[in-house]
Amino acid sequence: MAFLRPATWEDALAARAEHPGALPIQGGTDVMVEINFDARRPAALLDLNPVRELAEWDLADGRLRVGAGVTYTRLIEELGDRLPGLAQASRTVGSPQIRNRGTVGGNLGAASPAGDAHPPLLAGDTVIEVESAARGVRMIPAGAFYTGVKRNALEPDELIRAFWTLPATGPQYFAKIGTRNAMVIAVCSFAIALHPAERRAGTGLGSAAPTPRRAAAAEGFLNAELDWEGRSPLPAPVARRFGELVAEAAAPIDDVRGTAGYRAHALAVLARRALTWAWNDYTGTTGRREAS
Amino acid sequence: MRVTFVVNGAEQTVDGVWEGESLLYVLRERMGLPGSKNACEQGECGSCTVYLDGVPACACLVAAGQAAGREVRTVEGLAGPGGLDPVQEAFVEAGAVQCGFCTPGLVVQAHDLLGRVPDPSDAEIREALAGNLCRCTGYEKILDAVRLAAARKREEAAP
Repeated sequence: MAFLRPATWEDALAARAEHPGALPIQGGTDVMVEINFDARRPAALLDLNPVRELAEWDLADGRLRVGAGVTYTRLIEELGDRLPGLAQASRTVGSPQIRNRGTVGGNLGAASPAGDAHPPLLAGDTVIEVESAARGVRMIPAGAFYTGVKRNALEPDELIRAFWTLPATGPQYFAKIGTRNAMVIAVCSFAIALHPAERRAGTGLGSAAPTPRRAAAAEGFLNAELDWEGRSPLPAPVARRFGELVAEAAAPIDDVRGTAGYRAHALAVLARRALTWAWNDYTGTTGRREAS
Repeated sequence: MRVTFVVNGAEQTVDGVWEGESLLYVLRERMGLPGSKNACEQGECGSCTVYLDGVPACACLVAAGQAAGREVRTVEGLAGPGGLDPVQEAFVEAGAVQCGFCTPGLVVQAHDLLGRVPDPSDAEIREALAGNLCRCTGYEKILDAVRLAAARKREEAAP
């Protein structure tokens, strides 16, 4: 095995092109588990820790560009106010030690259907910036990035540079089912983001299909049913129907963490609750009471 | 491969490191620093928690080569010339140690918490230690130890 340690982004792209069998490693919280357990023996490790620009974020023309190497801890501390949905998801990742090392770039690279960052990325219309030395930059919408179980749209010579998203323009929530509050892979998860200026809601489902995905029909239903201008309270039947449509968008499986039936039921509940929290925030209703 | 990094204040070089090897393996098996414990090898238990450039991380999930040129502080590096760190003292006094296997990781993680938050609430202590498993104590005496260490450190800091 070789250990590649480019110091700059340019060198990283060159190393990636030259060593197609190299596995990129950032925080190591997925990659090292596979190596420790002999589940994977890549020809080389491509350490991205020294590439400074990956650990930076900035605001360009009103959009946030967050480097693939920004850790969950820093996302929570530095961007929690602008990306509340992603920050909530980040707080549920592993433990403090894991959040100190783990990154959204790593989540995207691993492309596990259970990755906690994916639902808020989908709900927030995030675009993934990837790059290769040969063909330059490609901008891939999150909805097109996940292509299968632990598969993504990355070409063998590409690396993930950053993700782009607007700072929240409305309430955002993330909810996740697990057996305890830490160190839990999602049984299923759900994210919602309201985009009031466009009178539209975004959604993201996790651990509920071969890939993270949006619930398009549920979004369309909300866009038509919600009283964006009058900000009237959320009718209980609307919240319930929204939950059903979210569950219908899922294609869950039975596995060690839960059954398909449980996942579908839980998703409907999470979706109904998350919508209620978000809509109450939007309309200024006090408390986080759930529509029954 | 050869890896050079600072461990507990002193620069050290190790040769013959396999490229897929973890920082934990290098510390324990190549540097004679067995304080950080090897248990789950998947970041679930926190027993191998060390500081990497001042930030707590599971040493089992850091590739040894990633530590090159950086600073690592292990549980062996917490005590000063005057003796144990207040966190270590408090763990002894509060009886927060039974089999002792999880203790080094808990001590490093608690040390980090108190460095950032001098007077943590119980919720903050629980959150900080959520990634450190202990199968003996039931955690109550560990919470006692962290509260005791926090009080001692605040006393020390008071003029």
